[in-house]
Amino acid sequence: MEFLTDLVLLSNSTLRVATPLLLAALAGLCSERAGIVDIGLEGKMLAAAFAAASAAAVTGSPWAGLLAGIMASVLLALIHGYVSINQRGNQIVSGMAINILVAGLAPTLANAWFSRGGQTPLLGNEARFTEITLPLADTLSSVPVIGDVYSNVLSGHSMLTYVAFASVPVVAWVLYKTRFGLRLRAVGENPEAVETAGISVVLLRYQAMIIAGILCGIAGSSLSTALGAGFIRDMSAGKGYLALAAMIFGRWKPVPTLLACLLFAFVDALQGRLQGVELPLIGEIPVQFTIMLPYILTVVILAGFAGKMDAPKASGIPYEKNR
Amino acid sequence: MKLSISKILAVFVSLIAYASAATAQDFKPVLLYDIGGKFDKSFNEAAYRGVERFNQETGIAFRDFEPNSETQYEQALKRFARRKADIIVAVGVGYSVAVRNAAQRFPDIKFTIIDGIVDLPNVQSITFKENEGSFLVGMIAGMTTKTGKVGFIGGMDIPLIRRFQAGYQQGVTFTNADVDFIENYVGTTPAAWNDPIKAAEMAKSQYARGVDVIFSAAGPSGLGVINAAKDDGKLAIGVDSNQNHVQPGSVLTSMLKRVDLAVYQAMQEARDGTWAPGHRILGLPEGGVDYALDEHNASLITDEMKARLDDARAKIIAGEIIVSDVAGSNAGH
Repeated sequence: MEFLTDLVLLSNSTLRVATPLLLAALAGLCSERAGIVDIGLEGKMLAAAFAAASAAAVTGSPWAGLLAGIMASVLLALIHGYVSINQRGNQIVSGMAINILVAGLAPTLANAWFSRGGQTPLLGNEARFTEITLPLADTLSSVPVIGDVYSNVLSGHSMLTYVAFASVPVVAWVLYKTRFGLRLRAVGENPEAVETAGISVVLLRYQAMIIAGILCGIAGSSLSTALGAGFIRDMSAGKGYLALAAMIFGRWKPVPTLLACLLFAFVDALQGRLQGVELPLIGEIPVQFTIMLPYILTVVILAGFAGKMDAPKASGIPYEKNR
Repeated sequence: MKLSISKILAVFVSLIAYASAATAQDFKPVLLYDIGGKFDKSFNEAAYRGVERFNQETGIAFRDFEPNSETQYEQALKRFARRKADIIVAVGVGYSVAVRNAAQRFPDIKFTIIDGIVDLPNVQSITFKENEGSFLVGMIAGMTTKTGKVGFIGGMDIPLIRRFQAGYQQGVTFTNADVDFIENYVGTTPAAWNDPIKAAEMAKSQYARGVDVIFSAAGPSGLGVINAAKDDGKLAIGVDSNQNHVQPGSVLTSMLKRVDLAVYQAMQEARDGTWAPGHRILGLPEGGVDYALDEHNASLITDEMKARLDDARAKIIAGEIIVSDVAGSNAGH
C-alpha cells in the first residue's frame, strides 16, 4: 500500500515536472524539423518566464503574463530566425547568444523595474494558473485504482500542464496529417526540393520558428506563473538543454519525445524521493548520487539505447537559394 | 596629447585631494552589498537596515555600492579604499578573496567581511551560529507539527547548510522525540539556490508524505517551498531575513540572521575606536541569530511555545544545551 501511494505521488509529480520540459521539447522539434537547430530553448524559456512574471505582477492576470511570455519568446525566435535564415549565420552560435543574453538581461531588467535583487514580486494566486480539480475527481476518488489515478494523478494540475499534454497530438497531427506539416518536414530534409515546388523555404522556416516560439513561451510562462510564483534569476535551471536531449532521444517525433520527457521527469521526481531514504542492503544513498541519477540515465540512454540518430538532414545547414 | 592627459590627471588628483581634505574630519563608512541589490527582501536588505540605523543614530552619511557581477567586488573595494574610507563592510562570503586582496594592498584601511573569514591584521570577519537559530525554529516546528513529521529542504549541499539542518533536527527532537524527519537537498551546484520549481516539487512531495512543517535553508529557492506551503495549506519556515510576510499565515516563523546588527556594530565600533580585527561569531548570546515573531505569525506561536523557547534560549546561552554543529562547516566554532 505504501508502495502504491508512493507511485501515485511520483506520477503526480512527474506530470508537473514534465510540463515545461515537454513544451520546450516540442518547440525544439518544430524548429529542427524545419531545419533550424534550436539550442536557444533555455534562453527563450527564461525570457518567457521573466516576461510572464513581470506582466502578471503588473496586471494581476496570468493571461496577460502568458501573452507577454509568448511574445518575448516569439521575438527571440524571430531574431534567431533572422540570423539563421536571412543571414545564414551559425545556428548554434545564435542560439547560445540568446541564452547568454537572456541570462544577463532578465535579472538586470527585473532589478531596474522591481528593485528586488533580480526577482519579480511574488505572485498571488489570482495572478497565477492555479491547480484545477477535474470534474468528478472528488466523487471518483473512493473508487480503487482508477479513482486514485484519476483524482490524485490526473486531476489537480494547472491549466498549462493540460495544454502541454494536449499539444502533443496537435503537433503530431499538424506535422503528419496536414499539407503545412508535410512542407515543414520537407524543408528540414530537402529544402531545394521544396523551393523547386514553388514554395518559399524562408517563409516556412519563419513559420516554424514562430510555432516554436509560442510553445517555448508557454513553457517559460509555466515556470513563473504556474509551477512557481514569480521570476528568479536562472530559474530555467537547464530545462532547455534537457528538453533538447529529450527531443533527440525521442528521435524528432512527438510521441517518443513525450515518453522521453516523462522518463526524465519521473527520474527527477524519483531522485527527490530517494534522498535520505534507507534502502535495504544499500543503506542511505548520498545526495550527490541521487542528484546524479537523471544525468546518468541520459548518458546511458543516449549512448546505449538511442541507436541510429535520424536527424532531419538539412538541420543546422543554412539554406542558400542559388547553390 | 600626453601633456593634456597629465594636466587633466593633475586637476583630477587635486580635486580629489581637495574633496578629501574638506571632509577629513568626517568618519566615512562604506557598505558593499552582495549581488542581488539593496532591496532583495533578504540578506542585502538586512545589511541596508543596519547602515540606515547607524545613519539615523549618528547622522553620519554613508556610501554604498551594489555590484552587478563578481568581477566588480575587488574593483569596488579598492576604489573605496583609495578614497580613504574609514571602514569598508562587505556583505557575503563571495567577497572573501576580494577582501583579502584589497586588505593586503591597503593595510591602513579597516575591512569587515560578513559571512566569510579572512585572516589579516586589518580585517574583521563576522560569521553566525546558524545552528543555534535553527535549533529554536526546530523547536517551533516540533511543537507545531500535528502529523509528527517535519521536513527540511536545503539549497546546495554544503557544510554550511548541513549546519542549519543539524541545529534544526536537534531542536525538533528536543521538543518531540518521536518526530519523523525528511530531508531534501535541491542540488550540489550553486544553481541549487535559484531553482524554486525543484524546491517546490520537493516540498509538495514532503507534504504529500505527511510532513506539515518544512524549514527551507535554500536562498531564493526557498520561495518555492513557501509557495508550495500556501498551495497545500501547510507551513513553511523562512530563512536569513524575516520572511513571515511573504505568504502570511503559511510561514510559521523565520530563522533570522542579524546581518543588520553585524553591519551596525562594525560601523559603531570603527567610529568609537573599539573595532578589532579577528574572527567574531554571533550566536544566541550575542543576539546574532533568532526566530522571527511579528503580526503575520502571532497567531501561530502560542504563549506556551514562547515560554519554552525562552527557557531553551537561556539554557543555550548558559551552555546547558550544546547545539551540535557539523565538522568543517566553518572554522573556529
